[in-house]
Amino acid sequence: MSDFISNFWHLYVAGITLVSIIACLALLWFSGKAKAMTANDNTTGHVWDGDLREMNNPLPRWWVGLFIITIIFAFVYLAMYPGAGNFAGKFGWSSAGQYEAEVAKGNAEVAPLYAKFSGMPPEQVSKDPQALAIGDRLFMNNCAQCHGSDARGSKGFPNLADADWLYGGTPDAIKASLVQGRIGNMPPMAAAVGTPDDVRNVAHYVLSMSGSPHDSLRAQLGKSKFGACAACHGIDGKGNHAMGAPNLTDDIWLHGWGENAIVNTINNGKVNQMPAQAAKLTEGQIHVLASYVWGLSNNAVASAQASPAK
Amino acid sequence: MSAPEDRPSRSLIPITPVPAEGDVELVPLYQAHQKIYPRSVQGVFAQWRWLMVVITQLVFYGLSWLEWGQRQAVLFDLGARRFYIFGLVLYPQDFIYLTALLVISALSLFLFTAVAGRLWCGFACPQTVYTEIFLWIERQFEGDRSARMRLDAAPLSINKAWRKTGKQLAWIVLSLWTGFSFVGYFTPIRELTASILSLGFGPWEIFWILFYSLATYGNAGFMREQVCKYMCPYARFQSAMFDKDTLIVTYDEARGEPRGARSKKSDPKSLGLGACVDCTLCVQVCPTGIDIRQGLQYECIGCGACVDVCDNVMDKVGYERGLIKFSTQNAMEKGWSWAQTLRRIFRPRVWVYTAVLWAIIIGVGVSLWLREPFKVDIVRDRATMARIVTGGKIENVYRLQIMNAAEQTLSLQLQVDGLPGLSLATEPLVEVGATESRWVSVRLQVPYDAAPAGSHPIHFRIESHSPDGQSVGRLSEKTVFLVPR
Repeated sequence: MSDFISNFWHLYVAGITLVSIIACLALLWFSGKAKAMTANDNTTGHVWDGDLREMNNPLPRWWVGLFIITIIFAFVYLAMYPGAGNFAGKFGWSSAGQYEAEVAKGNAEVAPLYAKFSGMPPEQVSKDPQALAIGDRLFMNNCAQCHGSDARGSKGFPNLADADWLYGGTPDAIKASLVQGRIGNMPPMAAAVGTPDDVRNVAHYVLSMSGSPHDSLRAQLGKSKFGACAACHGIDGKGNHAMGAPNLTDDIWLHGWGENAIVNTINNGKVNQMPAQAAKLTEGQIHVLASYVWGLSNNAVASAQASPAK
Repeated sequence: MSAPEDRPSRSLIPITPVPAEGDVELVPLYQAHQKIYPRSVQGVFAQWRWLMVVITQLVFYGLSWLEWGQRQAVLFDLGARRFYIFGLVLYPQDFIYLTALLVISALSLFLFTAVAGRLWCGFACPQTVYTEIFLWIERQFEGDRSARMRLDAAPLSINKAWRKTGKQLAWIVLSLWTGFSFVGYFTPIRELTASILSLGFGPWEIFWILFYSLATYGNAGFMREQVCKYMCPYARFQSAMFDKDTLIVTYDEARGEPRGARSKKSDPKSLGLGACVDCTLCVQVCPTGIDIRQGLQYECIGCGACVDVCDNVMDKVGYERGLIKFSTQNAMEKGWSWAQTLRRIFRPRVWVYTAVLWAIIIGVGVSLWLREPFKVDIVRDRATMARIVTGGKIENVYRLQIMNAAEQTLSLQLQVDGLPGLSLATEPLVEVGATESRWVSVRLQVPYDAAPAGSHPIHFRIESHSPDGQSVGRLSEKTVFLVPR
């Protein structure tokens, strides 16, 4: 009712409601007094089409009792629940209030469960079948949209089921990623590397690090220019968890594989973001979820496929 | 009011008040309830009705106690959304069978009504059946019609008090037992018994037991014919299924009238009387309180009580039976014999109802027989269209929802085909527990360049095996494999 600013509308609605009910009561009262004419052959004396006679088949009197019950119900309802304008009713019920009460009740029901898991180390949580089932559902509702329902990601979205981690694969690091989110930022490096040819050479050097197909001459030439990258990726190219700099020596290519993809990344840089989840999930949920994700790559048994769900 | 020819454009049917014949009186718009005291009756239709009472109630009170393996044979587990009917387990996905059941029930009702009028109302409807049982209890405590009327008219006495109290107690016990049996189809009845004995029942169970008990008590003890007359929708639309060849309870007016009492020795013809001795027993036994001699009335539930009692009277006075009988309008008008009347059962309307009814029954039967014990829904992963994995392979991710409808563990063997080199990258064997449903992530791969960019139809072929290794069903589900540009 907050859409109506004027007090008139509250009175208008309440008035119509009450007048309607009272009118029903009045109708019952007057129809109870009224009499119908009937002959002893039980007809009313009305004839249509020459031979169609109206019979007198009155409503049973107990039916009137049902009407009276509905009217009493209506008054009791209006007294207890919102209905008459802005009068909130004795119970102070609202749909939002009911929703909140149900959520609070649901949270209170699962609180001991999360409390139990919060007291357990993540390694242990990741092996608990009940926690796994909860983790699976949390993952499906909150993470699968980007990382895929099997947690193996896709281009631009990291695979969470392998042993490669941008920001570290310890339970604490995963939890930190969940709580505060991550923004990976690689600035455009073309100017620092040198000429476009230098950029291509560096790309081939990067390819050579993981043993991918490359031009070894260009790779040799590019090695000296890799210094510009080493600040983040390390002189050996193994990356840096503290900055979220990927390991370039493995065969995992988050933003595309091959010379062109690497040249593109060097020239234009890359910003990739994972949003913070702290506002969406409770601490207990984050603990279970982090343990679940940790388990994906650390427990062979609890692999993402074949997770039980109702 | 003007005559219709004055205003031909308006389709207005004029009401013509006609002076009523005889006395005219003013009556209230609402009718006071008049209690009906049906007299007990013996005869072939009464026996049929009691047989139906026994059969329906043995099924209703008894079925929930039957066991099937480790569970109740018939159980509607609303919480788990599983309907157990003997060897069959039905899921919300099988809702179509409920539709089929309702269509079959409706068509059966059409068929029986077209052939023999309100058979359901008179013999099988719970309202009739429970009224019959409650009336029987009433008779045990208060006696038959005249005794009951005397008792109701008598002032309160110890005799009246104990009879009324006894009847009420018996009614209440039966009602509670009925409510308990009803809830026993939704909560396992043995658990329900234990929880009631230990007072550990849930609020909803006790609510529904009391609700159903109250409905039984009120409808069979007090409402009785009022339910049929004022509340039941079927009683209203049944008239649309009647035709002139429908068997209905009929009074042979030509033979019976003029009615009148006579001495046993006198010849009715010489007195100018018909066969009706005007004993009014047909009115006294009627559970809806009508006089069948006024012809077919909407209140008549076709129970045949008046047929039974009139036949008994005809036997006693030595007249031919059948003054009141099940007959058709055509048979009465044209004076058909019983054999001629029965021949008219096989008329087009009946053939059509029968054919449609059997077609649906056979269809449902075949569908139940061919039903696979498991279901698989394939949902493509919503985040990942396709990805390139080690070795340059193209990978798609699918979520399979597998539902095991059988009461044994099933192991499913997954296979895929539709593209050259298409293979499963995940475990091809999936186990699903009895009546369990689970989601499984499945990854499919094709070699790079195996297919042009775009969407390619592929098939999952799923074969299920019971624990002893027997194949119990196979399914083929269509989906697509996406190859990125």
